[in-house]
Amino acid sequence: MKLRIKFRKYGPIRFIGHLDVMRFFQKAIRRAQIDIAYTGGYSPHQIMTFAAPLGVGMTSNGEYMDIEVHSITSCADVKEKLNQASVPGIEIVSVKILPENAGNAMASVAAASYTVRFREGREPKCDIASELKNFLSRESIRVTKETKKGCRELDLKEGIYQLFWEDNAFYMLLCASSAGNIKPVQVVDALLAQSGETLQENALLITREDVFTSIVQTEAGATDTLVNKSLHLVSLDEIGSEKIPSTENPYES
Amino acid sequence: MYDKLALSDDILMKVEKPERYIGHEVNSVVKDKSKIAVRFAMCFPDVYEIGMSHLGIQILYDMFNAQEDVWCERVYSPWIDLDKIMREQNIPLFALESQDPIKDFDFLGITIQYEMCYTNILQILDLAQIPINSADRGEEYPIVIGGGPCTYNPEPLADFFDIFYIGEGETRYRELLDLYKECKASGVGRIEFLRRAAKIPGMYVPRFYKVTYHTDGTIESFLPTEEGIPSTITKEIVMDVTDTYYPMKPVVPFIKVTQDRVVLEIQRGCIRGCRFCQAGQLYRPVRERDVETLKRWAMEMLKNTGHEEISLSSLSSSDYSKLPELIDFLIEECSKKHINISLPSLRIDAFSLDVMSKVQDVKKSSLTFAPEAGSQRLRNVINKGLTEEVILKGATLAFEGGWTRVKLYFMLGLPTETEEDIRGIAELCNKIAATFFETVPKEKRVNGKIQIVASTSFFVPKPFTPFQWAPQCTKDEFIEKAYQTRKAISEQLNQKSIKYNWHEADASVLEGVLARGDRRLCEVIRRVYEKGCFYDAWSEYYDNEKWMETIEECGLSTDFYTHRERSTDEILPWDFIDCGVTKEFLKREWEKAKREEISENCKLKCQGCGAARFGGGICFEPRTIEIE
Repeated sequence: MKLRIKFRKYGPIRFIGHLDVMRFFQKAIRRAQIDIAYTGGYSPHQIMTFAAPLGVGMTSNGEYMDIEVHSITSCADVKEKLNQASVPGIEIVSVKILPENAGNAMASVAAASYTVRFREGREPKCDIASELKNFLSRESIRVTKETKKGCRELDLKEGIYQLFWEDNAFYMLLCASSAGNIKPVQVVDALLAQSGETLQENALLITREDVFTSIVQTEAGATDTLVNKSLHLVSLDEIGSEKIPSTENPYES
Repeated sequence: MYDKLALSDDILMKVEKPERYIGHEVNSVVKDKSKIAVRFAMCFPDVYEIGMSHLGIQILYDMFNAQEDVWCERVYSPWIDLDKIMREQNIPLFALESQDPIKDFDFLGITIQYEMCYTNILQILDLAQIPINSADRGEEYPIVIGGGPCTYNPEPLADFFDIFYIGEGETRYRELLDLYKECKASGVGRIEFLRRAAKIPGMYVPRFYKVTYHTDGTIESFLPTEEGIPSTITKEIVMDVTDTYYPMKPVVPFIKVTQDRVVLEIQRGCIRGCRFCQAGQLYRPVRERDVETLKRWAMEMLKNTGHEEISLSSLSSSDYSKLPELIDFLIEECSKKHINISLPSLRIDAFSLDVMSKVQDVKKSSLTFAPEAGSQRLRNVINKGLTEEVILKGATLAFEGGWTRVKLYFMLGLPTETEEDIRGIAELCNKIAATFFETVPKEKRVNGKIQIVASTSFFVPKPFTPFQWAPQCTKDEFIEKAYQTRKAISEQLNQKSIKYNWHEADASVLEGVLARGDRRLCEVIRRVYEKGCFYDAWSEYYDNEKWMETIEECGLSTDFYTHRERSTDEILPWDFIDCGVTKEFLKREWEKAKREEISENCKLKCQGCGAARFGGGICFEPRTIEIE
């Protein structure tokens, strides 16, 4: 049985890197005595996948990890036990059982939403609201991205699904697929570049709000708010259910 | 929850591994400051990953925090990158849990595990904005107290510490903290507190002792300066190691540290009495822990940490009397839970090979032998009871069991060593390779070969060993010996199967100076630190030239501390400490070494070392006959 676990990461814990968050959960799952499944072979490890890694320094209200378990008493029980085994700053928000055919958390990521604020004293001089209007009306937003193999040009426009400025914060819904991932800092960088400004070092406070997958067929109304109408995005949290399937695989003894 | 961080986001985003500085680890202890009488900062003066791997601190951290009026927090050496930033921005060193400045604490406890960390101690004090010299510290500063193996010769650090705690930490801290509270309440002041502390057993307060020297630089006298200050400090020791403090909830770091596992200390002390080994003398007598208690602790700690590995810890695990029972239990329990067992320091014999084949992948793991010397003659000198016959027998068994990798550890520069002894290292490696080819038929050889890795370190005589009077080799002698070893190995028939590694000689000379040094070295350490030296234990940051030049500037010589054979009549800088074994015993052992005579281990025959006066442990158990 596959579980999808949604958690928050906040406070000083934002400085814990992705690999160490994975290590943290491996140990937390042992402390919580979750009946997790292991791979075979000489050095078995827990069957565990994470959705898009979160950059060091960012907080999040919607991180995901899928694990394979042999048994659970209830989703609520797993959630409670994991929270007891956790530290302040990593909080389990929900635990759900995934349908048999669900893709894993890592492979199915299509988009992520963020709240982005400027650090005090590092705000730009331009009027963000009016700059944003121009920004969104542009046909293309070409930027160069530095990669390991040199520079590559890409168009941000295709990957910005939603972007608005409210209460001194950006809300962004950005492409997070492995092919076209966009970082919030690239968006703000490009926005400021429009008026000739450069973003100050370490100027942004970024919270990832949620991670989404795209599904082929979606229920009516689910994608209404999206800029790009052809995309059907749902939160990773909406894939599973808390109900334990009543009929376990009848072929399994 | 303390959300406060001592370092700004800008700094934390810039430095390598910010996790080293933010605390919040599982099982770290946070208390309400307003209800705390004594705040204790416990420091390991090296980088976080090393410091967090140290069992002693975990034990004391747990012990202190079990007490309601004490809050013990941790602090480690900031890495080079952060060190620079803290100096530039004048950020005081802080404790991980509260992120509060160390200078506001009541105590700063520093564990001193190896000589090459001495400059890091000065870095800690300096960054904490605490005066480096004890004499310059006013009432507002924490009491700086040192512990750990290097305090058995604390003299090179005497200027920097207010107190040294000699011996095992579990016994006297409560008494010391109560005295501190009392002195604080009555306002008698720092010096008076230290004066009274000096009368608690195990506490050495260097400011109340005066050293005078002969013209040749040796010590003329070492005496207390006041009435009532003890002239000898006897080490503190826990006699019941079962009914004592042990952390059931060790702190679990976020980042991977050196010792990323549960550590189960099964016994203290060692029965073997190898003459080069300081730990083997300092921690006498051997005290075993009750096996049922250990089983319970193991399961409890695994549950509370979530670690995927458990390691047994002791100086010689094979000598623990209930080892088979303990290992059987762990194998049974751990295999159910996918937990690995790591077994360091096992003697290679049928039992240990059987166990090792159960807990590790034979194809990937290697066997380790520590003959320490190449010839039987020299092994007798150092009282290393391992014979060539035993090594080859163990190797044969291992090769039959499928092992194809062997590691061998030796020391170069041991007292009385000759070229022949060095050739013995090469010959022993060659014989092991030959044993492989004789034991394993061609068609059964994995990749058709055997890998032998021989490593040598340079011998550094340590206080409280029978070799404390022995001359240490010079750097050139060390290098020559490494060269001879390499040459001898290259002349062996099976040389292609043998890889040889050796250590740098520079640091071994300095280690020797600091290990058997006196108070006059405080000035050297201070000056060399002021010239920018620290992280000396990290070869990439060790600056030998600066050290050598500073020793000379201070009018001292490395040869005086290392190369000279000391007379057994000489007053040694550490003679005021009584570690349990008597000087008479050490002298006897030194004489026996020169006569190439061995001494049986504690289980076979009591050698009368003096540790029996502690009234327990192996000294009072019936002797057994050892079957090899």
